[in-house]
Amino acid sequence: MRKSLHPVVMIALVAAVTLAGRALPTWTLSLATIAASNALIALGIVVLARTGNVSFGQGLFFAAGGYGVALIANAWGLTDAVAQVIVGALCGGLLGLVVGPLIARYSGIFFGMLTLALSMVFYGALVKSTALGGSDGFNVGRPSLFGMSFTDPREADYMLYAISVIVTGFAGIAATILFRSEFGLASLAVRENNLRVEYLGLSANRIISINFLIAAIFAGASGAFALMAQRHIDPQFAYWTTSGEFVFVAVLAGNQSVAAVFVASMALELVRSFSNLYLPNTWQLVLGVFLLGVILFLPRGIGSLWIRDRRKRRISTTAHLTVERGAAP
Amino acid sequence: MDRSWRTICAVLLASIATSSFTLAAPASAQETFKLGIVTFLSGPAADSFGVPARNGAQFVIDQLNKGAAPSPYEKVGFGGLKIEPVIIDENGGATKQVQELRNLYQRDSVDVVLGYISSGDCLAVAPIAEELKKMLVLMDCGTPRIFEEAKYNYVFRTAAHATMDNVGLVRYMKAKNVKMETLSAINQDYAWGQDSRADFVAAAQQLYPNVKVQTDLLPKFGAGQYGTEISALVGAGSDVVYSSLWGGDLQAFVLQSAPRGLPKRSQLVFSAADHVLPPLGDKMPDGTIIGARGAYGLMSQKSPLNDWLFKGYEAANGVYPVQAAYRIAQSILGLKAAAEKAMSKNGGRKPSTDEMVAAMTGLEWPSPGGLIQMKLADGHQAIQPIAISRTKYNPDLKRVDLVDIQYFAAECVNPPPGVKSIDWIKGGMQGAKCN
Amino acid sequence: MNFFLTIILDGLIQASWLFIVALGLTLVFGVLKILNIAHGSFYALGAYIAATAVTMVAARGLPPSVGFVAMLLSVVLIASAIGLLLERGLLKMFYGRDEVVLLLVTYAVFLILEDVTKLIWGVNPIYATQPYELFGNLEFAGLYYVGYDLVLIPISAVVGFAIWFGLNRTVIGKIVLAVIHNEEMSVSMGVRVNRVYAIAFAFGALLAALAGALTAPKISMQPGLSSDVIILSFAIVVIGGLGSVEGAAIGAILVGLARAASVHLMPQAELFMIYLIMAAVLMFRPEGLFKRETARRI
Repeated sequence: MRKSLHPVVMIALVAAVTLAGRALPTWTLSLATIAASNALIALGIVVLARTGNVSFGQGLFFAAGGYGVALIANAWGLTDAVAQVIVGALCGGLLGLVVGPLIARYSGIFFGMLTLALSMVFYGALVKSTALGGSDGFNVGRPSLFGMSFTDPREADYMLYAISVIVTGFAGIAATILFRSEFGLASLAVRENNLRVEYLGLSANRIISINFLIAAIFAGASGAFALMAQRHIDPQFAYWTTSGEFVFVAVLAGNQSVAAVFVASMALELVRSFSNLYLPNTWQLVLGVFLLGVILFLPRGIGSLWIRDRRKRRISTTAHLTVERGAAP
Repeated sequence: MDRSWRTICAVLLASIATSSFTLAAPASAQETFKLGIVTFLSGPAADSFGVPARNGAQFVIDQLNKGAAPSPYEKVGFGGLKIEPVIIDENGGATKQVQELRNLYQRDSVDVVLGYISSGDCLAVAPIAEELKKMLVLMDCGTPRIFEEAKYNYVFRTAAHATMDNVGLVRYMKAKNVKMETLSAINQDYAWGQDSRADFVAAAQQLYPNVKVQTDLLPKFGAGQYGTEISALVGAGSDVVYSSLWGGDLQAFVLQSAPRGLPKRSQLVFSAADHVLPPLGDKMPDGTIIGARGAYGLMSQKSPLNDWLFKGYEAANGVYPVQAAYRIAQSILGLKAAAEKAMSKNGGRKPSTDEMVAAMTGLEWPSPGGLIQMKLADGHQAIQPIAISRTKYNPDLKRVDLVDIQYFAAECVNPPPGVKSIDWIKGGMQGAKCN
Repeated sequence: MNFFLTIILDGLIQASWLFIVALGLTLVFGVLKILNIAHGSFYALGAYIAATAVTMVAARGLPPSVGFVAMLLSVVLIASAIGLLLERGLLKMFYGRDEVVLLLVTYAVFLILEDVTKLIWGVNPIYATQPYELFGNLEFAGLYYVGYDLVLIPISAVVGFAIWFGLNRTVIGKIVLAVIHNEEMSVSMGVRVNRVYAIAFAFGALLAALAGALTAPKISMQPGLSSDVIILSFAIVVIGGLGSVEGAAIGAILVGLARAASVHLMPQAELFMIYLIMAAVLMFRPEGLFKRETARRI
């Protein structure tokens, strides 16, 4: 993230992208909604990754947000989109509050595997709950906004698009501010060496727990978006491949720019969709080659396509995800 | 890795983005009927259902476009409109399918989407099509929940749901005096397995009031190795072992259980097993009671329409057609019947979605697997006859033959309109017409 | 009594092939520090190659024992070649990048291999059942067991012992162990780490493929075979401790027994069992049951 980009500029950028939605063809709107929702959860992974921990179980919070919203929506008829996002974020956040401190003391691959195991236990429980439709899941009604309901499909899609872009955009801005704050820098220090951080009188566990909580809130809100966009939820939300995909978006985006997370997410959706249309028999191969290509030729992620002054601002870059080891100043 | 690379990548990405937008422009589809077809081309369901369905669709569409199908389907395409299929992969979960369904309608502007094998996918896509006011034809998925939990105008299912499979099996066993004082079951731990198990046990308790359920196993979907489960089943030694396993899981279960003597101790009853007969061959124990989710394949009744599909498919693909090929064939033929009915009313123009929907509602049409009637869910859910039989290996033809075939009328094994399947079974299957 | 013997036997049969898969995964992780998602693809590849070999031998009218040997040989040769090729041709380019990036590289390889196997072998089910009948049937505790299943137990024990012996009692093995314990130090002692990487990755691929070949006769090969194996072997390796041979053995036995016990005693719990054990082990012994403590740099 370049230093010159003032938050006001970023807000303008978010507004511009939101308005640009009016000109987009209808089918791209829901694609972009999903991309924005994936970007939000990937952003959470980037936030957490700054402490040196990568979660392979964000599906846990994604599903918690989605199921929370879906159950409340069906039980009490809560259809307001904004309220649903808040409920989703709350569900994810509450679970993150419980889980975070428990696993903050693990690091590296163990952290990843533990988050994965937890999300798979949740997945198993969901498949077993026939009251929630088991592995088939269940449907929810169409969301409304401030009492307005949208019958025209395009308007409904645009409403979701706008909300998801705005929420993800503001989450991105908040993340940028967080990264530049004292707390954000302390998180980076935890990644470099958590013992030294402890010697400074800070609690590394606490720093990790708070970052974890932020990631969980983002994931919960993202689950609410995914639910609103597809009106259906099933245990696949918590499956390990779902979580893996979010990590993938984070890595594709790289550490140069928060906007890159959104672009990476959109690029992934487009490649997947078009390869499925034109090469239905080998779309996985295309996706695999695309991913290898990005990792190989854009080692700093898609963000490096438009961000150039990487050396100067390395310390405030968002994640260690693609920084070579030992190269950090 | 510096500027030049970045430029190349930027150009590449930009070209992907632009090409996607140019490609997205709706093609002028005046003289064709654009049909989106969604079926498994990868993943565990590909070989058993997805690919036979795709092959079936290709055969039927090819024949229809040539005007080579038998009566009453002689007309070219759909009432003269050539069918233009767009085939995509169903693998990847419900989230992806919802997105791809929108893309099919909004980006590729297909007229109707037809397909879906997984129940989870069917449940997820149905409300989306309804909301977009586009016609969706579900061809295979089993769960009764789709129309029992919601009401749809634009969504149809052209095959009977899974209740028929299990009611049919139990009726067959009763008709053939199969002894069942004790029952064990092995089903996959996901909705299809759980629902099939519930339906079978409920139906069994109606017709065999004293039946005792012994070992009741729910292994993980795709487990592939059943050593422990087989020990438990052989140990229990029940009269009947019921299973709704399918595809690779069922093949593995049969391969592993036969040498361990399970078929000798217990009568095996499989609810959807016809598709594993060609690959299993003599590994399938004789005398196993199987269903095919309809009167399909080797259990199908002779008719010109059936000969056309059976022989034509066999000639094109080297194997005879199984349930998925039949199901997609009946689906496409139903759509054709609806399109031509609509065109006879509107003066031969290409029918609009609403005209198609009106024509399809409550429609009846002949198919290779028998008469399909859209009788349930206000004319949106089909019922159809089913056949159940026993296996017998035929060493001369080197294939498993099906003997002792018994047919059950659609209204004998399907619930009447307005009743939930499981309530119907538990209430003693009132109103069933079994002649 | 018989009941418990059944559980133990069922569990050991299950553990035997899982152990071989997990051994490969743990070896690759120990040396290259990569959690290889494509490991499951090697398993599937091995199963497919084995099926092709068995079918070819059977088509020539040779006895199934020849098929069994041919399947093992062909898998060992082809899989180690593919492993070597992938490591030298692809993975090498990404060394030095973060472990998450490497993990995703292997995920991309997994996606590609998934479609490549489909392109080569098609989606129709493939069998290699002839060797399954090779060792007859056995009656035990009132149940029939297939001889082939029982033979898997000593085979996996032999493979495990061979790997343990190779690592601990031969010079090459000790070099590999040195790289596992401290790569920087090994480099400064003159170890050609690149070569060790290649050998370890090829061996890992070989072990996964071997396990695939050994299970091939009792299953039907079809797309989607690989994804299930990955997560199971991950669980085993995490339970046992990443990079430990003994750990892989104990992990495999634990998972096998847990599955068997839950099927016999509490079928509803089966889906959770493995993840619960994994989560519990991670909670109380995050380094796994068998990981030695390492000094950490401050």
